[in-house]
Amino acid sequence: MTKKLIRGLIPVIALIFLYAPILILAVYSFTDATQIGAIRGFTLKNYVTLFTTEELRNMILGTILLALASALLATLFGTLGAIGAFYSRKRVSSAVSTVNQIPVINADVVTGFSLCILLVVVLGISKDTYLPLLFGHVTLSAPFVYLSVMPKLKQMDSSLYEAALDLGATPASALFRVVIPQIFSGMVSGFSLAVTLSLDDYFIATYTKPATFDTISTYVVNATKGSQTAIKTALWALSTLIFVIVILIVLGLNLRARRADRSDLRKEAGR
Amino acid sequence: MANSENIIELKHISRTFEDGFAAVSDFNLEVKRGEFVTFLGPSGCGKTTTLRMIAGFDMPTEGDILLDGKDISKLPPNERPINTVFQRYALFPHMNIYDNIAFGLKQKKTPKEEIRKKVKKVLELVDLEGFEKRSVSTLSGGQQQRVAIARALVNEPEILLLDEPLGALDLKMRKEMQIELKAMHDELGITFIYVTHDQEEALTMSDKIVVMSEGRIQQIGTPEDIYNEPQNAFVADFIGESNIFNGIMTGALEARFAGGHFKCVDDVAEGTQITAVVRPEDIEIVKPGEGQIRGRVISVIFKGIHYEITVQSGRYEVVIQSTKSAKVGDEVGMKVEPDGIHIMIAEDHTNIFPVDMNRSHRLEFNGKELWTSLTQIIKGSRRNENGELLDENGEVIDPEKIHISAAIEPQDIQMTDDIDDEKVLVEGTISNLIYKGDHYSYVLNTDLGQDFIVDDEYLWNMGDRVGLILPADKMRFSVKK
Repeated sequence: MTKKLIRGLIPVIALIFLYAPILILAVYSFTDATQIGAIRGFTLKNYVTLFTTEELRNMILGTILLALASALLATLFGTLGAIGAFYSRKRVSSAVSTVNQIPVINADVVTGFSLCILLVVVLGISKDTYLPLLFGHVTLSAPFVYLSVMPKLKQMDSSLYEAALDLGATPASALFRVVIPQIFSGMVSGFSLAVTLSLDDYFIATYTKPATFDTISTYVVNATKGSQTAIKTALWALSTLIFVIVILIVLGLNLRARRADRSDLRKEAGR
Repeated sequence: MANSENIIELKHISRTFEDGFAAVSDFNLEVKRGEFVTFLGPSGCGKTTTLRMIAGFDMPTEGDILLDGKDISKLPPNERPINTVFQRYALFPHMNIYDNIAFGLKQKKTPKEEIRKKVKKVLELVDLEGFEKRSVSTLSGGQQQRVAIARALVNEPEILLLDEPLGALDLKMRKEMQIELKAMHDELGITFIYVTHDQEEALTMSDKIVVMSEGRIQQIGTPEDIYNEPQNAFVADFIGESNIFNGIMTGALEARFAGGHFKCVDDVAEGTQITAVVRPEDIEIVKPGEGQIRGRVISVIFKGIHYEITVQSGRYEVVIQSTKSAKVGDEVGMKVEPDGIHIMIAEDHTNIFPVDMNRSHRLEFNGKELWTSLTQIIKGSRRNENGELLDENGEVIDPEKIHISAAIEPQDIQMTDDIDDEKVLVEGTISNLIYKGDHYSYVLNTDLGQDFIVDDEYLWNMGDRVGLILPADKMRFSVKK
């Protein structure tokens, strides 16, 4: 009896540890409390502040733009790298794979700091051009795109590309009409990973961002240190929103995957 | 002016990879318009590499490929009027059947209406009417193969290349597709070049068979030629079942092999070393004392339409196919009619390889010294007090400037699996073996790139790594200056 109880309790406790903090934050984001403690009344004030304060709005917009732009570039470079390595000789290919792993495992602090030294100190590119920040995030996420595209290439029948050439396609047309469609799902998951990595990043951004610009991470770290309570509580609202969006995306992806499974099953049955 | 009858000519084609492996060496072939040509050989014999060079996926390191008399060996695959049916179909999984077949025509910017008509027609040809909208994953292997053939044929290529297209199908489907492919070939009049390792498939379908081994053509001929008149022991062994014996001509139309005297129909000069091929179905079991040779039955296996009977005759093993059974242990006689014997002049299997003279003026091979007297090999030479070798004029011989080659017979080489044995001169991997009645003939590839032919009475396996013992006293040396 007690065994059964414990077995049931452990997952509940685990879930509480995982979700209680964000739930507390979510509840407080709808209150007028200035710190976690007694709740006096419920209000949407924090959400209003979040969307009406220009500083906050620009910061959010800037972060999203940075995430999309760096993810796009990372997807381009990561995919090109994977295709290049895949069609290279074995020795070149395994060398590229090894080199690709280093930034994945390496600490972000080191990547950010060394990028800052290379781009800003050695090459003299001003942080205000946003280029060091963009490069930084592309460097951060391109290896992950490579890693999510490579397995798709390996799954692909290697004679597909030759078949396209054989049927009269130019190498470029064979790449776009035959190879890219085969690895597209890998590119999409690489792109989503790149967006998440860019949104998450703190270290590379602190070393490479212009002084007047903040991403959500750098802003939150600074704001929680300060004493501006209106902004601080607005960030509770921001956290809640991000959490809700993430949940929606995960649900959406799962639903789509389930639907794809089902249509596969239907196809199998239709044989 | 090239012969206009020939649609494609391969001239002295060689393909050597970066690591020095020669996949194809000096390949010469002429294919007539509308012919069904098959490249036949064991895996790794270079047949697929040759096909890939015709398609344009691989470039020959030497030689020309002439299509209608023009060299196309540097042309990329998309500019050749040649289409390929791939081993694993290589259909585009993200397109439906219609788009797969229309792919080639769309690349050529064919008008939409014409594409629609052509796709419909070619689907009828491969018996898949109404399959346009289906996706690739809903088709069976046989249907996918038909789509792959349709996708190639719709472009109306001058040559259709087929790379073991039936390899992934089950036996029954394979037999059906063989007949259908042959019918399609006869109907369309397109030149087919077909690659297979299945000799039955090759014999059934082809007008002309090219038998390949280790990157070289062994024989080109019609299926009947290849089966009845194999040019060498490899072809005889690879095509159908054979008894292969080494022997000698003892008179006009008379040969001695397998411990017996036989009359034959091939006119070869008396005293010539020969290889005799006797098909198992051409040997008749008779009473002991009759026929040319006798022996004791050592095994009988029922094979459905015949019995496979193995007879030990002296040192030789003879395989016989007969509709009449025999009992294990029986003494029997064996009779072969003259036209059941195919005589080939024995290939000279003497191994010839270069040996080096090292700085201390000793002969060595593969970095190991050979215990032999150099003063006997190089006429008029002698050693001075420092052990240096002087030529007839008394000058010290420069090891760099003298070339010595050694020759050794296959039966004088010993194989051992103890590679660390100090007598082992070089290591090799067995890449081919042929049973010759009382011994096996092996081909060994060494890391030096030198192949050795070794005769041994014991059975080793393909791919075995063995050490070769080459006794220096069995070598004959010759000097080139």
